Order: sequence, then structure tokens, then C-alpha cells
Amino acid sequence: MQVNEYKPLIVAFCCNWCSYAGADLAGNNRLAYPADVKIIRVPCSCRVNPMFILRAFQRGADGVIICGCHPGDCHYTSGNYFTRRRMTALFSMLDFLGIERERTRVEWVSAAEGAKFAATMNDFAEKVAALGENKRLEDLRCKK
Amino acid sequence: MQKIRRDQLIAKASELLENGTVSCVLGWGAGEFGYDVTPTVFKTTEDLKAGFVFNDFCGANFSKYLVAKTQKLEGKILVFLKPCDTYSFNQLLTEHRFDREKVYAVGIPCEGMADIAAVKAISGEGVSSINEDGDKIVVTTIYSDKPVIIDASKVLAERCINCKSKKHVAYDELLGDEGDVIESARFDEVARLEAMSADERFAFWQNELSKCIRCNACRDACPACTCEKCVFDNPKSGVENKAPANSFEEKMFHIIRAFHVAGRCTDCGECSRVCPQNIPLHLLNRKFIKDINEFYGEYQAGAEVGSRAPLVDYNIEDLEPGEVFDRRNENV
Repeated sequence: MQVNEYKPLIVAFCCNWCSYAGADLAGNNRLAYPADVKIIRVPCSCRVNPMFILRAFQRGADGVIICGCHPGDCHYTSGNYFTRRRMTALFSMLDFLGIERERTRVEWVSAAEGAKFAATMNDFAEKVAALGENKRLEDLRCKK
Repeated sequence: MQKIRRDQLIAKASELLENGTVSCVLGWGAGEFGYDVTPTVFKTTEDLKAGFVFNDFCGANFSKYLVAKTQKLEGKILVFLKPCDTYSFNQLLTEHRFDREKVYAVGIPCEGMADIAAVKAISGEGVSSINEDGDKIVVTTIYSDKPVIIDASKVLAERCINCKSKKHVAYDELLGDEGDVIESARFDEVARLEAMSADERFAFWQNELSKCIRCNACRDACPACTCEKCVFDNPKSGVENKAPANSFEEKMFHIIRAFHVAGRCTDCGECSRVCPQNIPLHLLNRKFIKDINEFYGEYQAGAEVGSRAPLVDYNIEDLEPGEVFDRRNENV
């Protein structure tokens, strides 16, 4: 008998130049990570607008993770430094509004770190699954 | 009661109008009630004498009006700036939003402005007239013949109780004495909320933000919100000008509104002043200011022209987003 087990929906914004290739490498190496991680490719982690994150939560994501190049390795020299400041401020604000802090994360994953990508996603999915469904930033109109 | 009087301001404005230094005056005009003072442009001395008012309800920050008013202006515009307004003035100059040459700024001292919500809490609704009598505010309501007399210091706006500065950071001319930057307890309320549990904070904000009617007054009055096209005006955004359909939209609007001014907000408190629902919106902005001060060093937006806002700047040694929470956990 099939049991309907709760699985979190995770949106991962991955930088085209590193984490996206890192995800590819994880695949090539047959490293397993949850199928509920939906990857969205962005040209740079600093392309991620705070609105994207809120929008992902609105449309039913339970966790949002942003993956970019390691600080200092940005393809555009400094994009991820801006991401770092912005996301620090935004995550702190989400926490201030009482939204669980484990639902959002920034992780630096390079193109050579397929194993780190898989491990990060497994860990993040586990943490989000432990929190359960996203209730505090949900939009009932977007529920199926 | 304000130290500077209406007559002094009119005299100064008339003098500058008559000697041709300025072609018009941006000042406070009488509204329908004594407390809804409206920003108005005066062109002549007669207009000033007839319509200019200055009382404890002249809280409006004129800096933002300069963006629109200086665009097609011949000559200069005279603007009266309270200390907190001068920070917004500098911030707008930093962002090249108006031409400094077209503005003649007169700094005026401020003793703190009254909050009409606090007045109404004492006098009750149905205020028919408000007058000043020394340090007292005399309020009459339609429900009673007897006026209510309130101490002006008891009904100060929150932003004035926690005033951050009596110092003018920009002016062409100053009326009255130069003040100083004040040590204020403005972050105490933010710290109190931070000390609560996540559930309590969520309940607090759910309660506050659910009052929002999306009138957009906070955005329209904010001197940092000067985009000609706002992201919230996009009809395809799903959050365009309409009352929030559910709790998500309220949060979305207020998080993004505060985020868009993060690092540029001078903490003038206009958002909370204009809010018809009395939502403490300044707390969201102050949270960002407090975080930025804590993580990236003390920064006061608008303190000097040309300074770089922290969120459009970076340092190689910056904190990682996750580290912030680890550090807080250690402190707990």
C-alpha cells in the first residue's frame, strides 16, 4: 500500500557558472539528492530578487535555497558579495516577522563540488521536512 | 509648542519672495481640520498670509516634494526643513533626484510634532477644532461643549519621542539655534521584538499587518521611495494597488517595501505617520537599520551627501547569512 508521505518542495536558485554545473556534476556522479528540489538557473546569485523568494513561498515552496559561487570566485567579479549582504538582511527580516529561519539558506557551491551540492540539498531538504509545510508564508489561493 | 512661530516663517518667506531669491514657497497649508496640515506651494505674500500654517501637526517631510516640484521650475523654491527632513534631503541629493541649485533650504528647529492618533485617544473622535495655548493643545469635539486640554508633550509622535537628531545636516540658512545629534532609544522596540520567540513575533506582525488596507500611503509619502515606476504598480505582479486578499500579500508588500529602502531609509518616520491604520511600519525599517549597523558598521543614511548605501557596497570579510543566526544563538 502506498503511503502519502509529506515531502517538502524546495526551490533552488543556482548560479549558471558554478552551482548549476555542480548540480550537473552531482547527476553525472550518480549522487542522490531529493527529487523535490526544483532548480532554477540564474545568471548570477545576485540576480535573485527578494521578490523571487517570496514568490516561491507564495506558489507553495517550503524552502528556498540560493547557491552561488564561493566569495571571490564570482564570474562577474562581485555579484555574490552583493547577494551575501542582501540575503543577510532579508533573512534577518523574515526571521523578525516570525518566519522559520531554516526555510531559507545561502550556500556557496562551485562547479567542482558535485558531492557538496548533493549533501547540501539532502541536508536542507531534511531540515525543511522537519519543519513541515510552509504555513506562515503561504497563499491559500495558490494551493492545489 | 514649537519655538519658532508662524509669523517668523512668513516674514522670512515674504522677504525671500520679494527680493527675488525664490519664486515660490513650499510650506504647510491649512487642511480641512486643524490637524490635517497639507503641503502647499505658495506664490505670493498674500497667499502666505492667508493660507500658511505652522503648528504641532506640521510633521510632513517636504524633501520628497522637491523631486516633482523642481522639475519644471523657473527660479528657486523655498523649502522649510526640520532636522529629520534634512537627512532625507541629503539622501535624495545623493541619489541625484533633484537639482540642488533650484532649492533654497531654510532649516527650522523642531520641538517634536504631535500625533493626532494620540490626541484622539485622549479627546475622543469627532475633533472639530484644535488650537494651541502655550504648551497645551486645546481640542474641541462635536460631542461636547467643553474643550479638552492636553499637554503637548504627552501626545508626541513616536518618532519624535525617539528623535535621533536636532541637528540640520543641510541648509542654506538656519532659523534658530543649531542642535545636536541625540542618543535615542529608537531601537529598543525592535530589540524587544527580537527577544520574543518566533511564534510571538509572527502573531505580533500578523495582527499589525492584517490591518493594512493597501492605500499605499506609506510608499507615497516615503522620501526614499522615489521610483517613477513602482514594482507594485505592475498590473501583472498580482500585488498591484488593491486591498490584500490574504495574509501573504500584506507580508509581501511590507517586506518588499521595507527592503527597497533598506540602507537608504533615514528613519524619518513618515511611513508610520501617514498610515491610516496606525501600523508601526517604522519598526520594519528600523530592523534593517539596526541590522546594517550591527553587521556592516554604523551608518546613517543622509548624514552626508555622496555616501554609499551599505546594500550597494560590500566587503570581502562580510558575514555569511547563516552566521548571523549562529551568533544570535550564542548570545542567547
